[in-house]
Amino acid sequence: MSDVRPNEVALLAAHKLTKRFGGLAAVNDVSVHLYRDRLHAVIGPNGAGKSTLTNLLSGDLPPTSGTVTIGGVETAGHSPESISRLGLGRSYQKTNIFLPFTVWENVRLAAQSRERHAPWNPLHWLQSAATQTAVNQRTERAIELAGLTHRAQAVAATISHGEQRQLEIAMTLATEPTVLLLDEPLAGMGQAEAERMVELLLKLKKDHAMMLVEHDMDAVFALADQLTVMVNGQVIASGTPADVRADPQVQAAYLGDEH
Amino acid sequence: MSAAKAQLEKLPRPMQALLLAGAVGLAAFPLIPMDSRDFYLQMLTQMMILAIFAMSLDLLQGVTGLVSLGHAAYFGLAGYALAFMTPADTPIALWWSLPLAAACSGLAALVIGFFVVRTHGIYFIMVTMAFAQMVFFLFFDNKALGGSDGIYVNFRPDATALGIDLDNKAHFFYFTLAVLIGVYAFLRRLLFSPFGRVLAGIRVNEHRLRAVGYGSFGYKLAAFTLAGTLAGVAGFLWAAQTGFVNPELMGFHMSAHAIMMVILGGMGNFAGAIVGAFAFEYVMHVFKDLPTIGDFQTGKHWQLWMGLFIVAVVIVAPRGLTGLGEKLLNRKGARK
Repeated sequence: MSDVRPNEVALLAAHKLTKRFGGLAAVNDVSVHLYRDRLHAVIGPNGAGKSTLTNLLSGDLPPTSGTVTIGGVETAGHSPESISRLGLGRSYQKTNIFLPFTVWENVRLAAQSRERHAPWNPLHWLQSAATQTAVNQRTERAIELAGLTHRAQAVAATISHGEQRQLEIAMTLATEPTVLLLDEPLAGMGQAEAERMVELLLKLKKDHAMMLVEHDMDAVFALADQLTVMVNGQVIASGTPADVRADPQVQAAYLGDEH
Repeated sequence: MSAAKAQLEKLPRPMQALLLAGAVGLAAFPLIPMDSRDFYLQMLTQMMILAIFAMSLDLLQGVTGLVSLGHAAYFGLAGYALAFMTPADTPIALWWSLPLAAACSGLAALVIGFFVVRTHGIYFIMVTMAFAQMVFFLFFDNKALGGSDGIYVNFRPDATALGIDLDNKAHFFYFTLAVLIGVYAFLRRLLFSPFGRVLAGIRVNEHRLRAVGYGSFGYKLAAFTLAGTLAGVAGFLWAAQTGFVNPELMGFHMSAHAIMMVILGGMGNFAGAIVGAFAFEYVMHVFKDLPTIGDFQTGKHWQLWMGLFIVAVVIVAPRGLTGLGEKLLNRKGARK
């Protein structure tokens, strides 16, 4: 399904993933390989199983069958937090942030998750969160990358929808992931915001293995090195964007509406 | 959604000044000459003890978003620990009995917390209450544990090593004030520590917190254990002061009162818990002293008035008295 690059190791490899909800196979026999400096876009109509696939990869949902390995470690039985610590960062289709906190605190909290976790250490209770140098540096870098420096002290609930999407990305980046799963980062964004986001994703591609679930075809064709089309939980085509575009099945099922 | 979850964490300067004035006022109180000074000292000491108890609950309820309806269990357990540790003929030393009694509460919170912090929302409320009721009836139904009558604490703990005589009401008052300030300073510090920030994150959006790599279980269990331990500190002081423990200390009413104190004062900043505890106790005494009108003893039905009072406060000031204070300060600031 995905092209295999023998001289490169997939940072994330999903093998024959299936998720059934009762009789419905939301994701059926899907394999995905993600490599550094390659952006793998997943497209498909609503209900195709794209978000479910993302949830299977991030551990938010356990697969009915199939395996996921991240950096060579199989994630079966891992909680979302331990999968996150294996180097997977994800953003959510529905904005999922700490609304009452400032932009800075949202990102800082994400950055802090890469420090030692010591909830039982009384010294940890008396330390000041604001003076963790490494955390602050990671926070600053992530906010800057996402282009939110001028909004750092704003409360997350009060910033625009587009900025909240940027914040999602900043929080994900603050955990310094190797694999990025982005679930419709452009959803609901204006033209200018979307263009800025595409630029950001291009920049991030260099250092990350990325999977992008997206409806915006312009963005997908501008960014994707690899394209997978899902319909009804199944992969109906996968390959380079040019190959997929030429696929008659894809044209009938999905692109046909737009072209 | 966000507005409801936003909480007053950083206290405005005038409010800090007010708290400081309150502390100074308390410290000066025993120096004021008055009739029945001991009575008022005792009453204020009890209020301070309840304030410590309310602060310990606020760590769960206001900061972490875990509403425990069984927090009195940890309050009462430390009191019982003191009662059982104190022999019939001689007092025990404060310096080891206080930490040990608090540790008993902490241990119980650790064990119970191991089960309850896995649950969320209404289930958490129900399960914490269920465990507390189990503890309550364990003591209520067992003659060996004092039964429904409870037991006496034969002697107040001996603190002469610290130069304190706990049998002296003013000494006890100052000791409690010192513990209150210490616990407050500790919890304020903790609120802005990496640990405290994670707890606040759990309250706001636990799912997202896990997605960025936090195992929330350990944090919630640590918070539950710490809250239980601090409730134990308060329970120990209560038992030491009153010289008597009974199952009511661990009962449903005690837990519910603590929740009301925290709501009344304003959640999530510990100052609110202190203000709430003092306000709750004060208002309770006012209602209990209401006169009898005709055949109707209005004072006897203080719980009814208290209920109405709490409802009124929640409607007028959804973020409690401290939240109301902040709102008034902002309005005044905007007018300038």
